[in-house]
Amino acid sequence: MNERVAIIGIGIEGFRSQIRELSYKEMVYNAAVKAYNDADDLDPRTEVDTFISCEEDLNMGVSITDEYAPDQLGAAQRTVHTITDDGITGIAAGYMQIKTGLFDVAVIEAQSRNSDILTHNNIQNFALDPLETRNFNVNYHFTAGLEKRAYMNDTKITEEMIAEVTVRNHKNALKNPYAAFGSNIDKEHVLSTEMICDPIREIEIAKPVDGAIVIVIAAEKVVKEKNVNPIWINGITYATNSPNFGTRNWNEAEYAKICSRKLYELNNITNPLNEIDIYEIDNTYSYKEFQHLEGLGIYEKGESGKKLLNDEYANINPSGGVLGMGNAHEANGLQRVSEIVEQLRGEAGRRQINGVEKGLAFSWRGLPTTSGAMMMMGVE
Amino acid sequence: MKKNRVGMVSVGMTKFNRRAKETAKELCYYSSKMALDNAGLTRKDIDGVIVGSAPDAFDGVHQKHEYLTDGSGGMNLPSTRGYVGGGTGVFSPIQGWYQIASGMFDTILVTTEEKMSTVQPSAQAAFLTIFDNLIERPLGPNLIWIFALEMQRYMKKHNIPKEHIASVSVKNKLNAIDHPANMLGRKHTLEEVLEAEIMADPVRLLDVSPVADGSVSFVMMSEKKIKENGISYDDVAWVDGVGWNVDTTLWNNRDLYYPKYVEKAAKQAYHMAGLKDDEINPTSLRKWLDFAEPYDPFNYKELHHLEGLQLFEKGGAPKAAFEGITARDGDFPVTPSGGLLGVGNPIAAAAGMKTAELFFQLTGSAGKRQVELNENPRGLAQAWGDLMQVGTVLIMKGGRVE
Repeated sequence: MNERVAIIGIGIEGFRSQIRELSYKEMVYNAAVKAYNDADDLDPRTEVDTFISCEEDLNMGVSITDEYAPDQLGAAQRTVHTITDDGITGIAAGYMQIKTGLFDVAVIEAQSRNSDILTHNNIQNFALDPLETRNFNVNYHFTAGLEKRAYMNDTKITEEMIAEVTVRNHKNALKNPYAAFGSNIDKEHVLSTEMICDPIREIEIAKPVDGAIVIVIAAEKVVKEKNVNPIWINGITYATNSPNFGTRNWNEAEYAKICSRKLYELNNITNPLNEIDIYEIDNTYSYKEFQHLEGLGIYEKGESGKKLLNDEYANINPSGGVLGMGNAHEANGLQRVSEIVEQLRGEAGRRQINGVEKGLAFSWRGLPTTSGAMMMMGVE
Repeated sequence: MKKNRVGMVSVGMTKFNRRAKETAKELCYYSSKMALDNAGLTRKDIDGVIVGSAPDAFDGVHQKHEYLTDGSGGMNLPSTRGYVGGGTGVFSPIQGWYQIASGMFDTILVTTEEKMSTVQPSAQAAFLTIFDNLIERPLGPNLIWIFALEMQRYMKKHNIPKEHIASVSVKNKLNAIDHPANMLGRKHTLEEVLEAEIMADPVRLLDVSPVADGSVSFVMMSEKKIKENGISYDDVAWVDGVGWNVDTTLWNNRDLYYPKYVEKAAKQAYHMAGLKDDEINPTSLRKWLDFAEPYDPFNYKELHHLEGLQLFEKGGAPKAAFEGITARDGDFPVTPSGGLLGVGNPIAAAAGMKTAELFFQLTGSAGKRQVELNENPRGLAQAWGDLMQVGTVLIMKGGRVE
């Protein structure tokens, strides 16, 4: 019951704007093979107790997507289910199953096949209430524009500060082989680019990508038996604010506040900045990085911008975040987690930050949702 | 093996009907509010919410979990949606079990909902999108003829007369008369079922469950919380065993006469409940269990599943049904609720209704539907879905023995 749970294997396929040479099943298969190999040649047919896939019907273009989940994971005639939420919520499902004491090893998979989607806006429009908001027929980036405007008004965060987030993440992505959108740009360039939905510029929106991630987690007794480099899960949670535009909190990331309050309380954390070495935070839109950092209590409300300009920014998004790696929907959370795992293991190559022992991953499901998921990890 | 006991303490349910005037959110609200009221709780007492619903295409809503969050009481809470197609209604309470048994949650509000009437003129159009988009979809398959294939194969393999299969429709629709949420509870003769309008040979209209709208909710609690709230053990149905299993996507590669995935899910649940391999056989299991609620979207599926669940020998269920063994007052009552055939089939909510029947029966609150229970009362609910591919099994135990 009180056995600890660790991540013992990760496998990544992608991320690129379009992976033409592989079908979605082959993408997942490749990621699974890498993850099982990473977990000391784990045999999915005999050594895995439960499989969880995170995906949404409309993104995949089929109804009941879990039909198509088992084979490429080696999970046919096994215990499999889908979570239609972020990958971190999927990890939470596996984590809780292991914590019941009846399961030892769980595999979590998430993928995105954006290149098969012709009209993202139409799909996203289906996520709006059919009787109320869908009839406005607005582009979902427009909603982000409203939120960014509210946030800037409320906090004195400026366009220039948010442009620095865009610059920093694109530069970080240059060092990340999994990232699709590394580029060496500067603030002036960002501010000169096209405005999509004022005040949202095209360059501050994470672009859709193809790719898949598979993660293996296991109970402590399995971890001890295997030759693996475990990263321990020291807390995991998720929360939803409100699906309605009318009843949600527009100025703050309420879901981040709910998640972090609970997790810090469980881990007796009063000052996260002192106790966490590295952060992977959702930045599907550039302003979201600040808004999430503040929602998570890492910086005071409105302070993130100054911290970034004054070079006092913590180790945030060395991967390039969603902006740099690309928007992979349900796999976004697993992008965040796998970066923390590589960093804590010391396997992050050119983007390695030395001496990091505790990491935090936070993911958001994108508009129009107000759902977030959060996980703390450590070498111990 | 079981470490943390988890109990179901209340149920809420809307009436099942063809076209609910309410939105999907409202259906969720009615059933979840009713479940909370029945438990004497408010939203403040809930730690987490689970939403169960089958394809997004039915409601025509992307990210259906997000959409249903407020209706199911999940605002500002950890809320999630597990999903195994038609198996979801039994899977959602399983999810409630693992969340509580993990020690991370104490009280969970589970809602299973489906609103199929938004698909016009028929939900079959949405079902077309469950098939492989390269290989199968161009053939324009629908569920009726897919199941005609399976039914044909099952009948052929065991040489089953159609009368035996039709008797399940008669039984379930009769049982459903006593279910307050029922849509199609009525007395039918065997002849009426056998001579109903043909849909895809050998499937006839009365072999099939009706498309419906509806919602079912549960409150589940840890044993600690049940004690704290002073809830009598007599009013609790305890989770005794769970199992779920998904077979390969390539359904056209398997012999459809027998659901191996249901067998595997059932064995997982029996093992969790403490049964040894030699105790998993029809004779012992029918003694160990008081009744079963297998998934019956089609009449032959109830029989198919009874065999997969190891409650009857392969090919043995149809005769037993015909002889009345599975009637509500028979030796081994099967689907005392009236099932999908009688109460209705709003996909996820239909299997939710089956789970609810375990609660009603085991707490002795099933009214006219009440079956006789032995000293250690146990019931089993099972659901099935995807491309004839997934089995979900939940075994619950009556509280009076605790």
